[in-house]
Amino acid sequence: MTEPIIKFDKVVKKYGTHVVLDELDFDVKPGEKVTIIGPSGSGKSTVLRILMTLEEISSGVIHVDGEPLWHEERNGTLKPASEAHLKKMRAKLGMVFQQFNLFPHMSVMRNITEAPINVLKLPKAEARDRAEQLLKMVGLTEHAHKFPSQLSGGQQQRVGIARALAMRPKIMLFDEPTSALDPELVGEVLNVIGSLAAEHDLTMLLVTHEMRFAREVSDRICFFDRGKVKEQGTPEQIFSNPKEARTREFLKAVLEG
Amino acid sequence: MLFGFSWDTSHGELAFAISILPILLMGLVVTIEASIAGFAVAMVLGLIFAVLKGAPSRFISWPATFITEFFRDTPLLVQLFFLYYVLADHGVILPAFLTGCLALGVQYSAYTAEVYRAGIEAIPKGQREAARALDFSARHTFTHIILPQAVPRVIPAFGNYLVSIMKDVPVLSVVTVLEMLGVAKIIGDQTFDYLVPLTMVGGIYLILTIVCSGIVRYVDMSLPKTGIPLK
Repeated sequence: MTEPIIKFDKVVKKYGTHVVLDELDFDVKPGEKVTIIGPSGSGKSTVLRILMTLEEISSGVIHVDGEPLWHEERNGTLKPASEAHLKKMRAKLGMVFQQFNLFPHMSVMRNITEAPINVLKLPKAEARDRAEQLLKMVGLTEHAHKFPSQLSGGQQQRVGIARALAMRPKIMLFDEPTSALDPELVGEVLNVIGSLAAEHDLTMLLVTHEMRFAREVSDRICFFDRGKVKEQGTPEQIFSNPKEARTREFLKAVLEG
Repeated sequence: MLFGFSWDTSHGELAFAISILPILLMGLVVTIEASIAGFAVAMVLGLIFAVLKGAPSRFISWPATFITEFFRDTPLLVQLFFLYYVLADHGVILPAFLTGCLALGVQYSAYTAEVYRAGIEAIPKGQREAARALDFSARHTFTHIILPQAVPRVIPAFGNYLVSIMKDVPVLSVVTVLEMLGVAKIIGDQTFDYLVPLTMVGGIYLILTIVCSGIVRYVDMSLPKTGIPLK
């Protein structure tokens, strides 16, 4: 039995009195591809944002790669994490955003190399080599010199994926990566994510509404409802034989919608 | 006689106007110099205040807010007298021109700080989130992600303040800076003809501000809207 690379232990996230994550317990094994589905407001994006340290937790403990994410162990007790600890932990994770969030004033090449050069202190030539390999992987070699505004949404999101991968994270987080795209551009992005899932032992955590795609690439599907994992299992179990009435209702609405 | 030029008062108003034009233009040079120097101070000081006002710690942001409010809500003339006379009483003697530029810069830094802040806050939240996800330091995020995108957005507002500063330069004449209005007044005092020099000052100011607004508009149009490009 391998240790989970991500472990949520009774994690609560509140905005004022509104509870987004309700004593969430949730594990991901190394190399596992997990898709989180669920109605809007069920806390699925929040899970990714908390992992990327974009949002703090209200209570509970999260372990990533054997270490507490939002805490530090000092004298045997858990204390809130320092910025230095968060910085170290963030290096394990990469994130792809719904709105791409590319830097509009930087060329595609610079978008990808900026962090490796300035954060990882990679030599420029090495960062460029790495970026070129990644651009080849996402099929955008000829667009290296362009600026994000000169690319289609699908191309921009592929740059977003390459940019996150350039930091060599152990865990990739995809937050609705195709939700902002025109329907005809969804496929090219899913293809890249799909081949990434098939060819690498990256741990992947994906929030999406693309049910067919989730079924193809995921080892496990988690259905979130009201800040908890309501039901989880293999894609086969969840899509063909969901046990919970809530899951059936959701899938019916999504698949027939 | 002023700056080595003498005026012609005996051949009608046109000849008078032509004779004092070079003198006024000498004053104009001082006006432009003071405007640019004051503007430069306001740009630099404003950025510093903008950063301090946005600091996460209240011990920094509140004093910064208080100081800029103080600068903004007290008259330029009071600040100018303070720098020129009060500091001199305490042994800090600054040349009149330098004092004037400092006073202009300090007063306008309160406004430019707000412009910077507005520009910085207009950057979509996702830019900061992406920078955080990629683990950029706060400093690198500010200098390489936020600022290059914020600056082109705020250029038009800065241009308006440059024009405002220009129009405030005559205030410096009260601490003996010989800018254009001060020069015109001296000519008036000595020739008893105020109409011609003051009308000319008004006209020159009009041309100056129109030209400046044009330059600002041109700069604004030729700026990349997505930020200062980094290849």
